[in-house]
Amino acid sequence: MGEVADKRRLDADFTELYRSHLRDVYSYAYYRVGDHHDAEDLTEQTFLQAYRHFERAQRESDGRPLRPWLIRIAHNLAANYYRDRSRKPQTHLEDAAILSAPHDTEELVEGRQELQHVLEGVALLPDDRREALIMRFALGMDNREIARALDRSEGATKVLIHRAIKQLEKGLEDRAGGDDR
Amino acid sequence: MNAEVNDVEALLRSALVPIEPSERMTDRLERSLSDITDIAAGELADWELSAMRDPRNWGRPAAALVVGGVAAGGLVLVRARQARRREGASVRALERSLRQVAGEIQSRLDG
Repeated sequence: MGEVADKRRLDADFTELYRSHLRDVYSYAYYRVGDHHDAEDLTEQTFLQAYRHFERAQRESDGRPLRPWLIRIAHNLAANYYRDRSRKPQTHLEDAAILSAPHDTEELVEGRQELQHVLEGVALLPDDRREALIMRFALGMDNREIARALDRSEGATKVLIHRAIKQLEKGLEDRAGGDDR
Repeated sequence: MNAEVNDVEALLRSALVPIEPSERMTDRLERSLSDITDIAAGELADWELSAMRDPRNWGRPAAALVVGGVAAGGLVLVRARQARRREGASVRALERSLRQVAGEIQSRLDG
């Protein structure tokens, strides 16, 4: 009876994980691959793989949140996705804006074009910097969570994010300078 | 951190908004998860049947069936949502019946 009861508890815990982080995984997948169809596939594969290894992950988590583990699965699958298909990430602001209706972007930025430039700039960053920004800003993960997802130290993660922001900033400035000329 | 970096962070917060998955994709994913949960529960049921051949386990599988009634519904919250959308009350009625049967077996075992 113990095995069945364990499975029942495990499934209930996994359901909770799924409900809590479906949007996180999908957001990560979308900004990583830049395509809704592929993001859906990536999200599905992430949760199926997570279910297979959930028991062990839960046992080894020592009570820590499992979101970084989940995002790490998506990260590894996305890496395979690019390796297999030799693709580069794309981000289409128009699609993202349609699907993110709850957010009133117009109050915070001057216009859609500026957001488009930001997303294009993010897409041009090296993989690790781009991923760190997606985790920080789209998923709201803190340095400790991002560090676990990327298998880095917290200090290295903090530096990574800072450099990513500085690189993006420079890219936006260069672009603005080019547009003015 | 200077003002420019703060500006870029504000832009990033606006640009990298969380994206809600489509209902179609959510339904498909929940079906897949329910399916693999059912398979896992089926494997457990096979183990229970083989264990029944040993008289020392006769009490155990019957009791396990009680819990198994819930375990077979593994991702129970997911399943309930699908049931509402696809099949309405009929699935819930079936689950209720299974739970009643399981409860009856448990009562007999306890008695």
